[in-house]
Amino acid sequence: MIKIENLVHNYTIWKDENTKSEKTVLDGISLDIPSGQFVAILGPNGSGKSTLARHLNVLLLPDEGTVWIDGKNTQAKERLYEIRSRVGMVFQNPDNQIVGTSVEEDVAFGPENKNVEPEKIRRIVEDVLRKVRLWEKRKTPPSKLSGGQKQRLATADALAGLPECLVLDEPTAMLDPSSRKEVINIVKELNQKEGMTIILITHHTDEVVDADRIILMKDGKIIGDDIPKKIFADRSLLKRAKMDIPPVVELGMRLKKQKIGLDEPVLHEQEMIRKITELYRSKCGGWKDAAR
Amino acid sequence: MLQGKHITFSYQDPAKGKTDVLADVSFEIREHDFIGLIGASGSGKTTLIKHLNGLLKAESGEIFFKGKNIYSKKYPLSELRKKVGLVFQYPEQQLFGRTILKDVMYGPLNLGMSEEEAGKLAKESLELVGIPEEYYQMSPMELSGGQKRCAAIAGVLAMQPEILVLDEPAAGLDPETKHEIFELLCRIREKRNNAIVLVSHHMEDVAQFANRVWVMYKGKIAMDGTPEEVYSRVEELEEMNIGIPQITHLTYSLIKEGVPLPRPAISVEEAEKMLAEILKEEKPL
Repeated sequence: MIKIENLVHNYTIWKDENTKSEKTVLDGISLDIPSGQFVAILGPNGSGKSTLARHLNVLLLPDEGTVWIDGKNTQAKERLYEIRSRVGMVFQNPDNQIVGTSVEEDVAFGPENKNVEPEKIRRIVEDVLRKVRLWEKRKTPPSKLSGGQKQRLATADALAGLPECLVLDEPTAMLDPSSRKEVINIVKELNQKEGMTIILITHHTDEVVDADRIILMKDGKIIGDDIPKKIFADRSLLKRAKMDIPPVVELGMRLKKQKIGLDEPVLHEQEMIRKITELYRSKCGGWKDAAR
Repeated sequence: MLQGKHITFSYQDPAKGKTDVLADVSFEIREHDFIGLIGASGSGKTTLIKHLNGLLKAESGEIFFKGKNIYSKKYPLSELRKKVGLVFQYPEQQLFGRTILKDVMYGPLNLGMSEEEAGKLAKESLELVGIPEEYYQMSPMELSGGQKRCAAIAGVLAMQPEILVLDEPAAGLDPETKHEIFELLCRIREKRNNAIVLVSHHMEDVAQFANRVWVMYKGKIAMDGTPEEVYSRVEELEEMNIGIPQITHLTYSLIKEGVPLPRPAISVEEAEKMLAEILKEEKPL
């Protein structure tokens, strides 16, 4: 779906009108993301995550190296719209992305601009609003939506372009915990039910324990690329990327240090509850047997 | 130090008419308090903190700062705004000075201090938030996200508030920068002996630093207690649509499964200690 080879991106910083300097934000990124994968990108502020995301939607072009979307080089100007329609983007602040006076109008805005026939627009709007569970709110003005609902609307807007891949750049940074869950659940569903390729940029490690793959970035480079179980077991790597270990994983590691039998990293709360309950039962069960 | 009695406040909404945002809220902020204020979006948190320095005036009820009614005609509100410093969400968006030093001096100058005095206070505050001297003459726009936020906090600190109120000071920052901000708050509290009110969605952070937690729900302070007391009330918090820390939820679920923990844990460290105790010891229950 997406292939990146040795991507370099520099920003020009103007000190004043005459002196400028360059800052390398992406420093030789190579990446291959197959169709249908759920990829999470983690890294500190300023590590280049958002710049990378903007290359996937051809909002930026490489200074060096190449980005292919579905086999097409993003440098090919004549195919810009075709390439861009493959990748939908959702940004941190949904207010910047919402234009309509009602939820359904907002979703229709994109396809209308592309001269899609009205009948088809109606189908698309219904389809994507059902996917993000906002169909019941279709007549509501976006300003009346909660933060989580707005972010789901921004997701619907992106989906209305019928992309194969969705890039979400810190979609939950401004949301409270229950809205965060709403948004992440929708994203997971899109991946599992629709087979949508997902690239989720976030600071919240607990949102990505279900990802197929986690990429850690720092100073414009990829410093880790593996399945969650492996990434979250590597404390020093996470520290280098300035990321927290998800609380459940952290607890498991601490208990393991105390020689309480948890053999491998546990990522999910439910699994942890099951394991600890089992440990506890076998412990007091064992004692009762001995007493008999 | 700051006391509110039966505060009510409502907004006029052309569509729905009057909506109550604060419904009979009473509170007390004591010296050296570190209060974590949590609540779902729309519960009235931001409206409440805007009352703390008189930015909004309650429809009914009274607020006393050091025993004096701030709504009395002769009360100098500008004095109160000096003493109760408010840091809004994304405060770095309000940076505008040509240099970092000038930006931080803006507040004290506005309060009528001399250049010299304002400069001294600004430098002290910048030092406290950890911005080194060689940055003072740079434009605030050249700072990193975390540093910008620190500079904005310094701008409020330069007015020497006795109560520092912050609305989601760590929103949008990476975990390490977030920890730095919270450590900074603890340092400010130690050095300046401030009281701090911290509004946050993230109960984890609140649990770690606050000595008291206020939970707002439908315009009321529904709970007021230590983090341990408040986080034990898992069911009520869930009903109020407040996302509780994962570790609290995990230990709460374990208790429901019959694992005898004393109460839901508020931190990973605490959960580890509780679990180690019952899973390691060999003695009967």
